[in-house]
Amino acid sequence: MIIGDYESWGRYPKYKPNDVFSVYWRNEIPDLGKFPNKILPYAWGKSYGDSCLNENGILIDTKNLSKFISFDEENGLFRCEAGVTLASILDFFVPRGWFLSVTPGTKFISVAGAVANDVHGKNHHNSGSFGCHVTKFELVRSSGERLICSNEENTELFKATIGGLGLTGLITWVEFKLKPCPSAFFAMESEKFYNVDEFFDINDKSEKTFDYTVSWVDCTASGSSLGRGIYNRGNHAHPEEYEIPKLPNQKLKSFPFDAAFINSFSVNVFNMLYFNKQINRIEKNVVHYDPFFYPLDAVLHWNKAYGKQGFLQYQFVVPFGNEKDTIREILKQVSGSGMSSFLTVLKTFGDMKSPGMLSFPRPGVTMAIDFRMNGDKTLKFLESLDSIVRESGGVIYPAKDARMSAEDFQKFYPQWTEFEKYIDPAFSSSFWRRVTKKINN
Amino acid sequence: MKKIMIFGAASAIAQETAKLFARDGENLFLVDMNIGRLEAVRDDILSRFKTKIEIYEMNALDFDKHQELFDKAIQTLGGLDAVLIAHGTLPDQIKTQEAQEMIIREFNINCVSVISLASIAANYFEKKKEGCIAVISSVAGDRGRQSNYIYGAAKGGVTTFLQGLRNRMTHSGVSVVTIKPGMVDTPMTAHLPKSPLFAKPGVVGKGIYKAMLSGKAVAYLPGYWRLIMFIIKMIPEWIFKKMKL
Ligand SMILES: Cc1cc2nc3c(=O)[nH]c(=O)nc-3n(C[C@H](O)[C@H](O)[C@H](O)COP(=O)(O)OP(=O)(O)OC[C@H]3O[C@@H](n4cnc5c(N)ncnc54)[C@H](O)[C@@H]3O)c2cc1C
Ligand SMILES: NC(=O)c1ccc[n+]([C@@H]2O[C@H](COP(=O)([O-])OP(=O)(O)OC[C@H]3O[C@@H](n4cnc5c(N)ncnc54)[C@H](OP(=O)(O)O)[C@@H]3O)[C@@H](O)[C@H]2O)c1
Repeated sequence: MIIGDYESWGRYPKYKPNDVFSVYWRNEIPDLGKFPNKILPYAWGKSYGDSCLNENGILIDTKNLSKFISFDEENGLFRCEAGVTLASILDFFVPRGWFLSVTPGTKFISVAGAVANDVHGKNHHNSGSFGCHVTKFELVRSSGERLICSNEENTELFKATIGGLGLTGLITWVEFKLKPCPSAFFAMESEKFYNVDEFFDINDKSEKTFDYTVSWVDCTASGSSLGRGIYNRGNHAHPEEYEIPKLPNQKLKSFPFDAAFINSFSVNVFNMLYFNKQINRIEKNVVHYDPFFYPLDAVLHWNKAYGKQGFLQYQFVVPFGNEKDTIREILKQVSGSGMSSFLTVLKTFGDMKSPGMLSFPRPGVTMAIDFRMNGDKTLKFLESLDSIVRESGGVIYPAKDARMSAEDFQKFYPQWTEFEKYIDPAFSSSFWRRVTKKINN
Repeated sequence: MKKIMIFGAASAIAQETAKLFARDGENLFLVDMNIGRLEAVRDDILSRFKTKIEIYEMNALDFDKHQELFDKAIQTLGGLDAVLIAHGTLPDQIKTQEAQEMIIREFNINCVSVISLASIAANYFEKKKEGCIAVISSVAGDRGRQSNYIYGAAKGGVTTFLQGLRNRMTHSGVSVVTIKPGMVDTPMTAHLPKSPLFAKPGVVGKGIYKAMLSGKAVAYLPGYWRLIMFIIKMIPEWIFKKMKL
């Protein structure tokens, strides 16, 4: 790769590192204290904003730390190097009856990236975040120390590193729990809902009996259709109960070039077609884990469809309480803004607590909305959403963020001053410099 | 269950081939010059597949230990059915052409040591009247180019050697497989800007595995390199010599 390839998924902001250093062997990590600028680990760059960027600093590329280390079949405990992708874990383990305990909406991320952002998935309501299933990892610090971190050893660094945004040291390997799975398939149901209240009604019922739930919302809809969408839920499909189809042989397509394909016209058409594609109120299917968890992965580099200027994802969580009003208010703002979003996702988080000190997930409702980057207009609009999130006691997800203010971050994550003690002095990121700027008041 | 020795087993490409043989349950004897790397490779394979793997640290430049290595592998595994020779270095052409001792060293690694190892393997398999010798050469050995001719000539030497060896071994039922990868995205090429012509080590590693199973004489990997090199070889020398390649 060349330096220009080290982008974040949203391709905004465009911060270039001074240099990139690749590591290949976990026992040959260079002296992290010797670099002339601040360093930051970088894996697959699937974070949207600037949390995986380090302008004028140095990126340590960990993609090539891609080896498995051990698997304890009795306890489902798997250990592998930091850059191993969830995709390669699934490729190997699903045919052998094991699945990831937690997976986000893309499988092209590393296990260390999953730790550093303490990622969540469709089963947060019953399984918590990725960090809840991590038992141990090794952290290399710029002092040269190699520390095993777990619930028993170096516990403070263990907590700080989970959701620690890559700032506490370089993870070389991670040990975490896999869970048994009966097949590669999921028994999935899709149910249409016509407004926000209906979403919550369906959600209350579905979360009791379905391990995985998530919804797509048509954020171009307004008025009486405000908050309409499709609720997706599913469970692992047992071969005794369901007829398991033959393995699909899908080839990955790649978005070939930079082109602003996604504009308000195409977004409106897409959302309308998508909602109306499903004819029945409820549809049931048995689907492979790829379309079930990773529909977006079917087109590699789909982020390029937003054109060169990139896009932003706005993801927040608001606590239960007046969540319905908040979601309605946000949707009103979005549909009224004309800055319609191609993809909007709605889901509730459960109360399983992760060890992560700075983790994003917490009980409440989370929503993720994509916006094409249209300069100041987009940024101003997102600021207006910030105030709604702020007032309802919510927080914004750092892994997706490229623009929240230092004031907001410091209010959202008051524990950041405690976390700061565990940052490795040689490490920093563009995100961290931005959100920890001194506030004048 | 076959017994396979891989020299240069920590190479990104060879690791992929090793995994496929391990999946089939074959026993492996893995050689490279850094034991820590070999351990990482072994653990990676053993966490996936149940088989027997021995690791052995050795520098290819220790010519006088080559025979000992084979004796050790044969003794540990109880014989050998196939050998894959994969080690190599890609020198900086400009720096190397200016330093005679570097030229010799590169030849020793990429050509002399390979020929030495392959010869020992050949003598063993010839007696057994079966076996497979696979060697990673390169498309760079098909025609000398100013940007890469020291490496290219060493690989060309290997290719020609293997042609002759194949001719000899065919009569004893031993297959000799010349692997000619194009550009592959591995630590060896980490410093080069990547183009769509770069293949993934997994693709090339699988190609090697298949070529070894079928006993194919020459495998261009990926296959389109056969056409590319055909065209490059067709260019008349009077034109070629003026080109900047
Ligand atoms: C299509 C899509 C869907 C997504 N869906 C979800 C979702 O459902 N839920 C969710 O939570 N997230 C989701 N994400 C975000 C993504 O899961 C996270 O941003 C993830 O952390 C990216 O991992 P990565 O391997 O690409 O790491 P990068 O983005 O390269 O880096 C992420 C962080 O990890 C750190 N890091 C990387 N390697 C190391 C290491 N070896 N040691 C220490 N720190 C390290 C980096 O410094 C950085 O802070 C999605 C992203 C995409 C593109
Ligand atoms: N990558 C390409 O584009 C490409 C193209 C055509 C052909 N090839 C050939 O493919 C083969 C594998 O290369 P690769 O791309 O997989 O690169 P690689 O990962 O760098 O592997 C090269 C391996 O050779 C080992 N090695 C180097 N010198 C040695 C010595 N003196 N003694 C013992 N082992 C030695 C290295 O050991 P260490 O790990 O300890 O350094 C390393 O494991 C090589 O023969 C190469 O020439 C590669």
